[in-house]
Amino acid sequence: MAIDVEEVTGSTPSTTTRTIHVTVNGVAHRSTIQNRMLLVHYLRERLRLTGTHIGCDTAHCGACTVLVDGTPVKSCNLFAVQVDGRKVDTVEGLEKGGKLHPVQEGFHLEHGLQCGYCTPGMMMASVALLARNPNPTEEEIRRGLSGNLCRCTGYVNIVKAVQHAAKKMQEPAKGGA
Amino acid sequence: MAEAIAGGIGQSIPRKEDARFIRGKGNYVDDVDLPGMLFLDLVRSPYAHAKITAIRKEKALAVPGVLAVITGADLAAAKLAWMPTLMSDTQMVLPTDTVMFQGQEVAGVVGVDRYAAADGVAAVEVDYEPLPVVIDPFKALEPGAPVLRPDKKKTDNHIWHWEVGDKAETEKALKNSAVVITEKLYIPRIHVSSIETCGCVAQVDAMGKLTVWMTTQAPHAIRTVFALVSGLPEQNIRVISPDIGGGFGGKVPVYPGYVIAVVAALTTGKPVKWIEDRTGNLTSDSFARDYHIEAEMGATKDGKLTALRVKTLADHGYTDAAANPSKFPAGLFHIITGSYPFAAAFVEVDAAYTNKPPGGIAYRCSFRVTEAAYTIERLVENMAHRLQIDPAEFRMRNFIRPDAFPFKSVLGWTYDSGNYGGALKKAMEMIGYADLRKEQAEKRKRGELMGIGISSFTEIVGAGPSQTFDILGIKMFDSAEVRIHPTGKVIARLGTKSQGQGHETTYAQILAEELGLPADAINIEEGDTDTAPYGLGTYASRSTPTSGAAAAMAARKIREKAAKIAAHLLEVSPDDIEWKDHKFQVKGVPEKSKTMADVAFAAYTNFPKGMEAGLEATDYYDPPNMTYPFGSYICAVDVDKETGQVKIRRFVAVDDCGVIINPTIVDGQIHGGLTMGFAPAMLEEIPYDADGNNRAGSFLEYLLPTAVETPKWETGKTVTPSPHHPFGAKGVGESATVGAPAAIVNAVLDALEPYGVTNIDIPLSPHKVWKAIHAKDAK
Repeated sequence: MAIDVEEVTGSTPSTTTRTIHVTVNGVAHRSTIQNRMLLVHYLRERLRLTGTHIGCDTAHCGACTVLVDGTPVKSCNLFAVQVDGRKVDTVEGLEKGGKLHPVQEGFHLEHGLQCGYCTPGMMMASVALLARNPNPTEEEIRRGLSGNLCRCTGYVNIVKAVQHAAKKMQEPAKGGA
Repeated sequence: MAEAIAGGIGQSIPRKEDARFIRGKGNYVDDVDLPGMLFLDLVRSPYAHAKITAIRKEKALAVPGVLAVITGADLAAAKLAWMPTLMSDTQMVLPTDTVMFQGQEVAGVVGVDRYAAADGVAAVEVDYEPLPVVIDPFKALEPGAPVLRPDKKKTDNHIWHWEVGDKAETEKALKNSAVVITEKLYIPRIHVSSIETCGCVAQVDAMGKLTVWMTTQAPHAIRTVFALVSGLPEQNIRVISPDIGGGFGGKVPVYPGYVIAVVAALTTGKPVKWIEDRTGNLTSDSFARDYHIEAEMGATKDGKLTALRVKTLADHGYTDAAANPSKFPAGLFHIITGSYPFAAAFVEVDAAYTNKPPGGIAYRCSFRVTEAAYTIERLVENMAHRLQIDPAEFRMRNFIRPDAFPFKSVLGWTYDSGNYGGALKKAMEMIGYADLRKEQAEKRKRGELMGIGISSFTEIVGAGPSQTFDILGIKMFDSAEVRIHPTGKVIARLGTKSQGQGHETTYAQILAEELGLPADAINIEEGDTDTAPYGLGTYASRSTPTSGAAAAMAARKIREKAAKIAAHLLEVSPDDIEWKDHKFQVKGVPEKSKTMADVAFAAYTNFPKGMEAGLEATDYYDPPNMTYPFGSYICAVDVDKETGQVKIRRFVAVDDCGVIINPTIVDGQIHGGLTMGFAPAMLEEIPYDADGNNRAGSFLEYLLPTAVETPKWETGKTVTPSPHHPFGAKGVGESATVGAPAAIVNAVLDALEPYGVTNIDIPLSPHKVWKAIHAKDAK
């Protein structure tokens, strides 16, 4: 059954708070938050980094994927207090010095996005995938992104976008560009 | 030969809108943040059918941060407990005494943040007395079934009966047919599940003006509905549809959450945000399909189709709230004769109430076209098998001939253009059809199960001609307002609303082509009812056929004025000016010309005496006919005899959507559409148990395809322009979702031919396929 009958317990909200230190996209933050605040709400509502989206609340769709110390996590299923002392990267940190990350460039040039809602999570998962495996096969890309749902693209051009990024990231760095 | 204009029609330019999305700078409704904003969360019913004997707010109101609890009784005082549906039925905003499905909205709780609102929801006490549940629509129509809508003075659960075609003629034709096949097909309930759920932010300002940021595919129509339902003056309502994270029809209806948020904003005087969670989305938002179909098809001995008779029972849930703007209760279901010139056909549909959520259309489909295309293409394939004629050959023999267009179908549609054989031939070449059949024959000898399935569908989109389509009487035109600035840059606003289709790019391409200005110089805006011209919105693949046409027509109006300015600049008579190679030229003297940018500057600085300044035009386009995209899909599968697992080895999709504006975007639409055709064929279903419990209320049970399951799509095109569209386009967003399921199921059944299986209802789970194989083994 999909909906549980609510046990009425006269629940009161947690008022317990805690102060965390977290580095988000290279910026150090010190925040006092409710213990029960989800990481995704901390990013979106406290830091106003609204590029990280919420799609399912149950860790299935991956729209909320961010990197914690380089590991992709679903930020709707993590409390913000769990990232105390850690480094978090979101879509807003991909572009550096006005230069798109190769994954961003790949999604744009290969038409790897349509509505754009799954895109930030999909790109963060792709960044993590390419860090683990710089030259993935199509099967490895598909498996590597299987925790992220896209309803628009049928994944064809997402695969191409990741391949584009992989190729680009293996090119010797060219000055300027 | 003139140079192509930068970003004109036919070019695969990268999308303009990507710039914000790839940076995480999209502006979706949950990104809207207003000072003092409150949050609305909803109490939902655990029962499918129950009397509400009490709702106690006290404990919820005692929760810190909870400001208000809104119930049906509160809304009834303002006459807002019920709202009208598009199908002349009524739907509860909040119940005053009875809940009708599991997941139904029971009360709204307003809190200072989403955590407080959720705490409040948990503390609302509701007493229910369960009532008998009606889930099976056939049982719903049996005598003695509990009557679900006594409020409508109903004495049974029958909503409506609709029929079209010549019953007697079809009866006779079937009797006279050498071969008649019958098949029962159930197309189950499915859900669009865009990755962004629904939501809104409602705000009332000091002047009494209501602004609603809302996940809606039809902002203008919503504004009018709000005005009519609430009594607020329409100029004091502004609906803003920001970036939308996928729509697919699920964001056309008005859901109770929107209305409760507006009420909460009006009563608290503060902005109120409501964002649906996924379980609320899957258990209460508009579903699609749920058609129980029985179809009979006749043919001559030598394989000519003769007649089609279809009887359908439609399960609409507790109210008929289908987002169906046509004058036909079952939408465009009577496109069911498909790509074939039947001489006789008869279709009847009955609709029933059950204890399920309302809706009935949404899932990337132009009002029941998918049900129709699935039925005809499944039966045509079965008939070919029955007659022992190759299914491709059988279709080739029966297709409406290319020279028969415009073609009037026996059920009343006039198809604009088509070349069905051309598309099928191309698909056969791409997939290597003859070789696949050879391979299949060899494998069959070895006892291996390989199948090939075809679907040669015809779509009907672009609603629509206003004699047949309206929303609350508002005709289904759509609009474009185009303004050229002095420096030759353009702002264009349209009545539709992109949800990922790429309108900011494709509309700019249409205008680039028509105005002779680069697509880069053209900004597109949609979705704000205070600025955009009135339109009916984006669904049913209607944006290119309607607003796209309006954009071209507005540009052509601009060209008429611009030609006079060009004549003035070139010091010739306007009659001596022609629009050629994207420029105004003096006839016969091509070196004497002015560009649109030259003319734009002159329109503000140096225009002829007596002429108004400026360069702009608006067009409201009422299409003369629907458009009829088509295609042929071929699917090759391997089926594992021991596990029932289906592996889609190849899937070739040849589409014809008329003239193509941006080939890359069109391919993207096809890829996504195919995946939303694959999904219901293989994975997705919202089943209910006998107690009315929704068995797919999260993505744990409702299986959206991931990159792993999704086949590797192969696409191809033919181009048969629409003769009545200004530049020959037809619309493409939904074709693949309509056409794909039959190809997949036909392929699996082809693999299972040795077992004599003629149908397995979708989704084709390994268990169902295994059962079909082994049921016959056991005999």
